[in-house]
Amino acid sequence: MASANTARAKTQFGYRRHPDQERSGANVAEHPVVVVGAGPVGLSLAIDLAQRGQRVVLLDDADRIGEGSRAICFSKRSLEFWDRLGVGDRMVEKGVVWSVGKIFHGASQLYQFNLLPEEGHKRPAFINLQQFYAEAYLVDRVEQLPEIDLRWRNKVIALESRNDGVALTIATPEGSYQVHASFVVACDGARSSLRQMVGADFAGQVFEDQFLIADVKMTAAFPTERWFWFDPPFHAGRSALLHKQPDDIWRIDLQLNPDADPVAEKQPENVRPRIERMLGHDKFEFEWISLYKFQCRRMARFIHGRVIFAGDSAHQVSPFGARGANSGLEDAENLAWKLDRVLRQLSPEGLLETYHIERSAAADENIRESTRSTDFMAPATRQEARLRQAVLSLAEDTEFGKRMVNGGRLSVPSVYDTPLSSEDHDDWRGGPRPGASMLDAPVTEQGGGSTYLTEAFIRQGTRFTLLEFGNGADVDVPDGVGSIRIGGNGGLIDAHGLAGKRYDAEPGTAYLLRPDGYVAARFRNAARPALDAALARASGVN
Amino acid sequence: MALSTSSNFAKPDDAFRAIVEAHRGLTDAQSADLDAALVLVLANHIGDLDVLREAIALAKRRMLDASQQQQQQQQ
Repeated sequence: MASANTARAKTQFGYRRHPDQERSGANVAEHPVVVVGAGPVGLSLAIDLAQRGQRVVLLDDADRIGEGSRAICFSKRSLEFWDRLGVGDRMVEKGVVWSVGKIFHGASQLYQFNLLPEEGHKRPAFINLQQFYAEAYLVDRVEQLPEIDLRWRNKVIALESRNDGVALTIATPEGSYQVHASFVVACDGARSSLRQMVGADFAGQVFEDQFLIADVKMTAAFPTERWFWFDPPFHAGRSALLHKQPDDIWRIDLQLNPDADPVAEKQPENVRPRIERMLGHDKFEFEWISLYKFQCRRMARFIHGRVIFAGDSAHQVSPFGARGANSGLEDAENLAWKLDRVLRQLSPEGLLETYHIERSAAADENIRESTRSTDFMAPATRQEARLRQAVLSLAEDTEFGKRMVNGGRLSVPSVYDTPLSSEDHDDWRGGPRPGASMLDAPVTEQGGGSTYLTEAFIRQGTRFTLLEFGNGADVDVPDGVGSIRIGGNGGLIDAHGLAGKRYDAEPGTAYLLRPDGYVAARFRNAARPALDAALARASGVN
Repeated sequence: MALSTSSNFAKPDDAFRAIVEAHRGLTDAQSADLDAALVLVLANHIGDLDVLREAIALAKRRMLDASQQQQQQQQ
């Protein structure tokens, strides 16, 4: 099994001169897509595009994967996306699986929650995994895909928008060169230089409270649960978080006073006594210490001509809720299929506008949720503190109080109100509505093998796919659309009844899934004209 | 459901008295703590966000009106 050291050895990469660097003037290289930034979002986007047959140039200004664990919580939705990219198993094998969170007030437990209380899902609610592992596994996958040209130490220093694309000037250790791209996707993080180059603002709220984030190495028998304290005995008046990662690394977040001196607070000799008080012993080593002030902000528009922003470059949230990296990954899966269709001229460029519509609404939701959590942890006024205290007191013996305690609301996939959805016309008592993401369920193959709906979707090629619950009649599936059939001749068997239950299915029920696994339309009886219309709408064709 | 501003208690004086008595003997800070908890308990009992918002708007408007009147008297 890989230790932290071997993983780190794989995070250093070399600059290599590329033939594009010999070209200049009218001869500069033309590329369909240039992705800027090889973090989790840029890497995942590049892989998705490559698997759809697109050639991708992926640029990163560094030559190594960043230190520190940074993002650690990856959601079920992100794991399902990574399954499609062929890296899900590695992430889950290495990661720490969890679904239970506990909230403490003072020394006593207020309540606990389970983020995935039901069986029958391929992936857990969350895994914890250091971001550098996730990036290393994604880079390994990139290296299997000849469509991706990953160039380290290639820094975009100038950008010129043109009608048919973007001209980029790229600095390397051997001087600068130019390329021309039909589309540029900026996945270059919260301090995005491309955002500055297009002159876009990044407005939002800065929180004054400071949080100390430390990853410590220790052997401990705490369960693999997310523990969050308000006013713990070891850190009076403030909040604290403890969460397990692989390799006996534990993430600790401690809220500090707004006026704490950031330089002094980061010194290990000052952090050590705080952690000792929390753990009750001194048998730990520091892996990483960082001090944060949180900002919640987003770009007004995620698309600037042919430059598209994804992940932290487009939106930034506070970390309580695991909404940063996970929402960036949702951006990537939302964008990849749309960009592929536009590049193939299967859909008009207007399809990309729905990326902005869907993902900026998701960003608003993530900002709203994480702002509320941060406000609850760090009340801004005496009265806010008083209301917070009242909630914590009431939570000791009332259910409504427990539900109001906000120690972070964890990331769930957004539900889109989008022009790509076709309105429901039939009668539904449940199931994912158009604009919601598909639900997983265990099903059995004809041969008796166990599988999941998310796996069946991958086997259909993560394209538009009709999920049908058989009624004996064959649905005439449009050309190019995948088909998952449950029940009937040759179909998958819903042995546990969970697929039917989760999709509110009756014989004949059909769901049209988008290539990112979101529901575009659903029918009690799928007939061709309605299905074709839904498909056209979901493709941005009308 | 809309916010009800008609008189709902058979004996309104009893209701007012119950709240006043709850604050008897408390410091201002303790009274504020009590009010905060009471507001949350009652808000949950109502359980309707639209009604709660209407109630907040009404309470806030009365409060602003009152402070404006006070300022005018001082001028």
